[in-house]
Amino acid sequence: MTANVTIRIQEADFDVGREIAALSKGRTDIGAVVSFSGICRGSEGRQSIAALTLEHYPGMAEAEIARHAEAAMSRWPLLALTIVHRVGRIAAGENIVLVLTASSHRQAAFEAAEFLMDYLKTNAPFWKREESADGTSWVEARHHDDDAAARWTKS
Amino acid sequence: MKVKYFAWVRERVGKSEETVEPPASVRTVDDLIEWLARRGETYAHAFETPKVIRAAIDHAHVKPDTMIAGAREIAFFPPMTGG
Repeated sequence: MTANVTIRIQEADFDVGREIAALSKGRTDIGAVVSFSGICRGSEGRQSIAALTLEHYPGMAEAEIARHAEAAMSRWPLLALTIVHRVGRIAAGENIVLVLTASSHRQAAFEAAEFLMDYLKTNAPFWKREESADGTSWVEARHHDDDAAARWTKS
Repeated sequence: MKVKYFAWVRERVGKSEETVEPPASVRTVDDLIEWLARRGETYAHAFETPKVIRAAIDHAHVKPDTMIAGAREIAFFPPMTGG
């Protein structure tokens, strides 16, 4: 069993269908693929958001995502994993991040996708700045994201 | 050692990276933050609330009491908001 791992950080958009096809191409051992897409919302509360600009720490972002991918693979019997994170300016309605997890049975794929997203939110070195009618401002980290990541370390 | 800054820490400091030579008395990440904060107004502003600043040494997250000896690259940034 070899887990097929793809990690990319890119400015360009991604095609979810094409990524799923690439992940499972030529394999008959995969019985479940879970796909999570993070999308730029056009509003935050009452504030209308035109776009986000994603900054990242080149080198560390890839390393940190790879560490999370390793952790997910040691915890669940995953057969394949794809993580794509966009950087640069992302308009409302556009994709930001993609996590695909594949396993023989659905539970591992569901859990691993959630685990990866929770850790990406709090530990991967990316920062969002939002554009609204009031100008641009850095998005503040949320406590509930920390709580979501912390629950995976509880027994 | 090379120091890098990201997001609003970068904006407040006014540069994305620089090379610094702190004295031997600067031993931990926290010490380095304190030392940097004394370099001028822009640094003082960037590091005015040290407890919100996150740090990484050579591409791995570290805690404030981590020793900096041997570090090639130290980065300072706000809590992450990716995903």
